[in-house]
Amino acid sequence: MEPIIIEGTPKTPTVKFDSAEGVFEIKGRSIPENSVEFYKPLVDWLDTYKESPLTKTVVNIRLEYFNTSSSKCILDVFKKLEAIHKAKNEVEVNWYYEEDDEDMLEAGEDYESIIRVPFKMIEIVE
Amino acid sequence: MSFNIENYFSDQPDGNVILYYKGNIDSDIINHVLDTVEDKMVEVNEQSKLRKKVYNVLVESLQNLYHHVDKVPDDFEDQHSEKYGLLVVKKVDTGYKIITGNFVRSENKEKLEEKIKRINRSSHEEIKELYKFILNHQRISAKGGGGLGLVDIARKTGNKLTYAFKEYNDKYSFFYLDILVSEENQNNL
Repeated sequence: MEPIIIEGTPKTPTVKFDSAEGVFEIKGRSIPENSVEFYKPLVDWLDTYKESPLTKTVVNIRLEYFNTSSSKCILDVFKKLEAIHKAKNEVEVNWYYEEDDEDMLEAGEDYESIIRVPFKMIEIVE
Repeated sequence: MSFNIENYFSDQPDGNVILYYKGNIDSDIINHVLDTVEDKMVEVNEQSKLRKKVYNVLVESLQNLYHHVDKVPDDFEDQHSEKYGLLVVKKVDTGYKIITGNFVRSENKEKLEEKIKRINRSSHEEIKELYKFILNHQRISAKGGGGLGLVDIARKTGNKLTYAFKEYNDKYSFFYLDILVSEENQNNL
Protein backbone atom coordinates (compact mmCIF):
# COMPACT_ATOMS: atom_id res chain seq x y z
CA MET A 1 0.00 0.00 0.00
CA GLU A 2 1.13 3.52 -0.80
CA PRO A 3 2.74 5.43 2.08
CA ILE A 4 1.33 8.75 3.24
CA ILE A 5 3.78 11.61 3.10
CA ILE A 6 2.51 15.10 3.90
CA GLU A 7 4.73 18.14 4.30
CA GLY A 8 4.06 20.24 7.38
CA THR A 9 2.60 23.74 7.28
CA PRO A 10 2.39 26.34 10.10
CA LYS A 11 -0.97 24.81 11.06
CA THR A 12 -0.69 21.16 10.08
CA PRO A 13 1.90 18.54 10.95
CA THR A 14 4.38 16.59 8.87
CA VAL A 15 3.03 13.09 8.41
CA LYS A 16 4.91 9.98 7.31
CA PHE A 17 3.04 6.70 7.39
CA ASP A 18 5.30 4.06 5.94
CA SER A 19 3.48 0.75 5.64
CA ALA A 20 6.58 -1.09 4.40
CA GLU A 21 8.57 -0.25 7.54
CA GLY A 22 5.61 -0.06 9.90
CA VAL A 23 6.78 3.32 11.18
CA PHE A 24 4.26 6.14 11.43
CA GLU A 25 5.18 9.66 12.38
CA ILE A 26 3.22 12.85 13.12
CA LYS A 27 5.38 15.83 13.84
CA GLY A 28 5.10 19.62 14.24
CA ARG A 29 2.03 21.77 14.80
CA SER A 30 -1.53 20.58 14.51
CA ILE A 31 -3.79 23.59 14.93
CA PRO A 32 -6.07 23.73 11.86
CA GLU A 33 -9.60 25.12 12.18
CA ASN A 34 -10.92 22.08 10.40
CA SER A 35 -8.98 19.15 11.79
CA VAL A 36 -11.38 16.49 10.49
CA GLU A 37 -10.55 17.47 6.92
CA PHE A 38 -6.85 16.93 7.65
CA TYR A 39 -7.11 13.72 9.67
CA LYS A 40 -9.84 11.85 7.85
CA PRO A 41 -7.52 10.54 5.09
CA LEU A 42 -5.08 9.33 7.78
CA VAL A 43 -7.81 7.52 9.68
CA ASP A 44 -9.11 5.96 6.44
CA TRP A 45 -5.59 4.87 5.50
CA LEU A 46 -5.16 3.20 8.90
CA ASP A 47 -8.45 1.43 8.36
CA THR A 48 -6.96 -0.22 5.29
CA TYR A 49 -3.59 -0.86 6.99
CA LYS A 50 -5.27 -2.60 9.90
CA GLU A 51 -6.59 -5.30 7.54
CA SER A 52 -3.03 -6.61 7.05
CA PRO A 53 -0.63 -4.83 9.38
CA LEU A 54 3.01 -5.68 9.98
CA THR A 55 3.69 -7.71 13.10
CA LYS A 56 5.20 -4.59 14.64
CA THR A 57 4.04 -0.98 14.18
CA VAL A 58 5.90 1.93 15.76
CA VAL A 59 4.18 5.29 16.05
CA ASN A 60 6.13 8.46 16.81
CA ILE A 61 4.14 11.49 17.90
CA ARG A 62 6.28 14.56 18.16
CA LEU A 63 3.97 17.56 18.37
CA GLU A 64 4.90 21.06 19.39
CA TYR A 65 1.31 22.29 19.60
CA PHE A 66 -2.07 20.79 18.95
CA ASN A 67 -5.51 22.29 19.35
CA THR A 68 -8.50 20.66 21.02
CA SER A 69 -10.12 19.93 17.67
CA SER A 70 -7.02 17.93 16.63
CA SER A 71 -7.03 16.16 19.98
CA LYS A 72 -10.21 14.31 19.00
CA CYS A 73 -8.80 13.36 15.62
CA ILE A 74 -5.58 12.12 17.21
CA LEU A 75 -7.74 9.97 19.46
CA ASP A 76 -9.37 8.51 16.33
CA VAL A 77 -5.90 7.66 15.01
CA PHE A 78 -5.05 5.95 18.30
CA LYS A 79 -8.32 4.02 18.24
CA LYS A 80 -7.31 2.47 14.92
CA LEU A 81 -3.95 1.54 16.42
CA GLU A 82 -5.71 0.05 19.41
CA ALA A 83 -7.69 -2.20 17.05
CA ILE A 84 -4.44 -3.34 15.41
CA HIS A 85 -2.98 -4.08 18.84
CA LYS A 86 -6.11 -5.90 19.93
CA ALA A 87 -5.75 -8.20 16.89
CA LYS A 88 -2.50 -9.45 18.49
CA ASN A 89 -0.04 -7.29 16.61
CA GLU A 90 2.69 -5.34 18.34
CA VAL A 91 2.04 -1.59 18.47
CA GLU A 92 4.20 0.90 20.29
CA VAL A 93 3.53 4.63 20.67
CA ASN A 94 6.42 6.97 21.39
CA TRP A 95 5.07 10.26 22.71
CA TYR A 96 7.71 12.99 22.59
CA TYR A 97 7.58 16.18 24.66
CA GLU A 98 10.03 18.97 25.28
CA GLU A 99 11.58 18.98 28.70
CA ASP A 100 9.67 21.94 30.15
CA ASP A 101 6.39 21.09 28.45
CA GLU A 102 4.32 19.47 31.17
CA ASP A 103 1.12 20.17 29.23
CA MET A 104 2.35 18.00 26.35
CA LEU A 105 3.39 15.24 28.76
CA GLU A 106 -0.05 15.36 30.40
CA ALA A 107 -1.72 15.21 27.00
CA GLY A 108 0.20 12.01 26.26
CA GLU A 109 -0.82 10.60 29.61
CA ASP A 110 -4.46 11.36 28.80
CA TYR A 111 -4.25 9.21 25.68
CA GLU A 112 -2.32 6.52 27.50
CA SER A 113 -5.15 6.26 30.03
CA ILE A 114 -7.84 6.02 27.32
CA ILE A 115 -6.15 3.80 24.74
CA ARG A 116 -5.02 0.25 25.43
CA VAL A 117 -1.70 0.41 23.61
CA PRO A 118 1.75 0.64 25.25
CA PHE A 119 2.99 4.25 25.39
CA LYS A 120 6.50 5.45 25.98
CA MET A 121 6.91 9.07 27.14
CA ILE A 122 10.12 10.45 25.75
CA GLU A 123 11.54 13.76 26.94
CA ILE A 124 13.39 15.77 24.32
CA VAL A 125 16.34 17.46 25.97
CA GLU A 126 17.86 20.27 23.95
CA MET B 1 -25.38 55.68 27.54
CA SER B 2 -24.85 53.92 24.25
CA PHE B 3 -23.31 50.49 23.96
CA ASN B 4 -19.59 50.48 23.40
CA ILE B 5 -17.77 47.18 23.14
CA GLU B 6 -14.48 48.79 24.12
CA ASN B 7 -15.62 50.07 27.52
CA TYR B 8 -14.95 46.74 29.14
CA PHE B 9 -11.20 46.90 28.79
CA SER B 10 -10.71 50.65 28.58
CA ASP B 11 -11.97 50.50 32.19
CA GLN B 12 -8.97 48.39 33.13
CA PRO B 13 -5.87 50.21 32.03
CA ASP B 14 -3.33 47.79 33.52
CA GLY B 15 -0.67 46.27 31.30
CA ASN B 16 0.61 46.97 27.80
CA VAL B 17 -1.57 46.08 24.87
CA ILE B 18 0.49 44.07 22.42
CA LEU B 19 -2.35 43.27 20.04
CA TYR B 20 -5.81 44.62 19.47
CA TYR B 21 -8.22 43.43 16.82
CA LYS B 22 -11.91 43.67 16.11
CA GLY B 23 -13.65 42.38 13.01
CA ASN B 24 -14.10 39.18 11.09
CA ILE B 25 -12.37 36.12 12.54
CA ASP B 26 -11.23 34.00 9.63
CA SER B 27 -8.39 31.58 9.14
CA ASP B 28 -5.98 34.22 7.81
CA ILE B 29 -6.60 36.54 10.76
CA ILE B 30 -5.99 33.67 13.16
CA ASN B 31 -2.65 32.92 11.44
CA HIS B 32 -1.69 36.56 11.53
CA VAL B 33 -2.54 36.99 15.23
CA LEU B 34 -0.67 33.82 16.20
CA ASP B 35 2.44 34.87 14.24
CA THR B 36 2.38 38.40 15.65
CA VAL B 37 2.02 37.37 19.28
CA GLU B 38 4.56 34.56 18.95
CA ASP B 39 7.10 36.92 17.36
CA LYS B 40 6.57 39.47 20.12
CA MET B 41 7.12 36.89 22.82
CA VAL B 42 10.29 35.63 21.13
CA GLU B 43 11.49 39.23 20.78
CA VAL B 44 11.31 39.79 24.55
CA ASN B 45 12.84 36.36 25.25
CA GLU B 46 9.77 35.10 27.06
CA GLN B 47 10.43 31.80 28.82
CA SER B 48 9.34 28.94 26.61
CA LYS B 49 6.91 27.42 29.10
CA LEU B 50 4.85 30.61 29.32
CA ARG B 51 5.20 31.22 25.60
CA LYS B 52 3.71 27.83 24.82
CA LYS B 53 0.83 28.31 27.23
CA VAL B 54 -0.01 31.72 25.77
CA TYR B 55 0.15 30.29 22.25
CA ASN B 56 -2.10 27.37 23.13
CA VAL B 57 -4.66 29.52 24.89
CA LEU B 58 -4.62 31.98 22.02
CA VAL B 59 -5.30 29.19 19.50
CA GLU B 60 -8.24 27.93 21.55
CA SER B 61 -9.76 31.34 22.20
CA LEU B 62 -9.52 32.37 18.54
CA GLN B 63 -10.92 29.08 17.32
CA ASN B 64 -13.72 29.32 19.87
CA LEU B 65 -14.65 32.59 18.19
CA TYR B 66 -14.22 31.05 14.75
CA HIS B 67 -16.49 28.09 15.52
CA HIS B 68 -19.07 29.55 17.88
CA VAL B 69 -19.84 33.25 17.47
CA ASP B 70 -23.41 34.23 16.76
CA LYS B 71 -24.21 36.57 13.89
CA VAL B 72 -24.10 40.27 14.80
CA PRO B 73 -27.34 42.17 15.58
CA ASP B 74 -29.00 43.87 12.58
CA ASP B 75 -28.23 47.36 13.84
CA PHE B 76 -24.59 46.75 14.77
CA GLU B 77 -22.00 49.00 13.08
CA ASP B 78 -20.12 46.13 11.42
CA GLN B 79 -22.47 44.18 9.14
CA HIS B 80 -19.72 42.78 6.90
CA SER B 81 -18.07 40.43 9.33
CA GLU B 82 -19.61 37.03 9.18
CA LYS B 83 -17.86 36.00 12.38
CA TYR B 84 -17.41 39.15 14.40
CA GLY B 85 -15.02 39.00 17.29
CA LEU B 86 -12.85 41.17 19.45
CA LEU B 87 -9.39 40.30 20.73
CA VAL B 88 -7.00 42.04 23.07
CA VAL B 89 -3.65 40.58 24.13
CA LYS B 90 -1.91 42.39 26.96
CA LYS B 91 1.34 41.93 28.84
CA VAL B 92 0.62 42.29 32.55
CA ASP B 93 2.88 41.96 35.61
CA THR B 94 2.10 38.30 36.21
CA GLY B 95 1.99 37.11 32.59
CA TYR B 96 -0.38 37.72 29.68
CA LYS B 97 -4.04 38.56 29.43
CA ILE B 98 -6.14 37.41 26.51
CA ILE B 99 -9.54 39.07 26.29
CA THR B 100 -12.03 38.00 23.66
CA GLY B 101 -15.48 39.39 22.92
CA ASN B 102 -18.37 38.26 20.79
CA PHE B 103 -22.12 38.53 20.43
CA VAL B 104 -24.23 35.84 22.02
CA ARG B 105 -27.94 35.49 21.34
CA SER B 106 -30.04 35.57 24.51
CA GLU B 107 -31.17 31.98 24.08
CA ASN B 108 -27.53 30.78 24.03
CA LYS B 109 -26.37 32.79 26.99
CA GLU B 110 -27.54 30.52 29.78
CA LYS B 111 -25.89 27.41 28.34
CA LEU B 112 -22.57 29.19 27.92
CA GLU B 113 -22.70 30.69 31.41
CA GLU B 114 -23.56 27.31 32.92
CA LYS B 115 -20.58 25.76 31.19
CA ILE B 116 -18.21 28.39 32.55
CA LYS B 117 -19.64 28.12 36.06
CA ARG B 118 -19.22 24.38 35.99
CA ILE B 119 -15.57 24.77 35.01
CA ASN B 120 -14.98 27.47 37.64
CA ARG B 121 -16.30 25.38 40.49
CA SER B 122 -14.19 22.36 39.51
CA SER B 123 -10.81 21.50 41.00
CA HIS B 124 -7.81 21.07 38.73
CA GLU B 125 -8.16 17.30 39.00
CA GLU B 126 -11.86 17.49 38.09
CA ILE B 127 -11.03 19.64 35.07
CA LYS B 128 -8.52 17.04 33.88
CA GLU B 129 -11.17 14.34 34.22
CA LEU B 130 -13.77 16.49 32.47
CA TYR B 131 -11.34 17.07 29.60
CA LYS B 132 -10.73 13.36 29.21
CA PHE B 133 -14.43 12.60 29.41
CA ILE B 134 -15.34 15.07 26.67
CA LEU B 135 -12.37 13.96 24.56
CA ASN B 136 -13.50 10.38 24.71
CA HIS B 137 -17.28 10.77 24.53
CA GLN B 138 -18.26 13.82 22.52
CA ARG B 139 -18.07 14.01 18.75
CA ILE B 140 -16.97 17.07 16.83
CA SER B 141 -20.01 19.30 16.34
CA ALA B 142 -21.46 20.48 13.05
CA LYS B 143 -19.80 23.84 13.71
CA GLY B 144 -16.45 22.07 13.91
CA GLY B 145 -15.75 22.63 17.59
CA GLY B 146 -14.84 19.86 19.93
CA GLY B 147 -16.52 21.32 23.01
CA LEU B 148 -13.12 21.28 24.71
CA GLY B 149 -11.85 24.82 24.19
CA LEU B 150 -12.89 26.39 27.50
CA VAL B 151 -11.99 23.29 29.49
CA ASP B 152 -8.56 23.27 27.88
CA ILE B 153 -8.04 26.96 28.62
CA ALA B 154 -8.93 26.46 32.29
CA ARG B 155 -6.72 23.41 32.50
CA LYS B 156 -3.66 24.98 30.89
CA THR B 157 -3.85 28.30 32.74
CA GLY B 158 -4.84 26.86 36.13
CA ASN B 159 -6.86 30.05 36.61
CA LYS B 160 -10.57 30.71 36.92
CA LEU B 161 -12.31 32.00 33.80
CA THR B 162 -13.31 35.62 34.30
CA TYR B 163 -16.21 36.65 32.10
CA ALA B 164 -18.99 39.17 31.64
CA PHE B 165 -22.16 39.51 29.61
CA LYS B 166 -23.10 43.09 28.69
CA GLU B 167 -26.62 43.43 27.42
CA TYR B 168 -26.80 44.85 23.91
CA ASN B 169 -30.56 44.64 23.47
CA ASP B 170 -33.25 42.14 24.43
CA LYS B 171 -32.01 39.63 21.88
CA TYR B 172 -28.24 39.95 22.26
CA SER B 173 -25.49 40.20 24.82
CA PHE B 174 -21.85 40.90 24.22
CA PHE B 175 -19.76 38.25 25.93
CA TYR B 176 -16.27 38.95 27.26
CA LEU B 177 -13.87 36.24 28.28
CA ASP B 178 -10.92 37.49 30.24
CA ILE B 179 -8.12 34.93 30.50
CA LEU B 180 -4.98 35.29 32.58
CA VAL B 181 -2.04 33.14 31.56
CA SER B 182 0.37 33.55 34.41
CA GLU B 183 3.98 32.56 34.87
CA GLU B 184 3.18 30.42 37.85
CA ASN B 185 -0.39 29.30 37.85
CA GLN B 186 -2.35 30.51 40.84
CA ASN B 187 -3.35 27.02 41.94
CA ASN B 188 -6.66 28.43 42.95
CA LEU B 189 -8.75 25.87 41.16
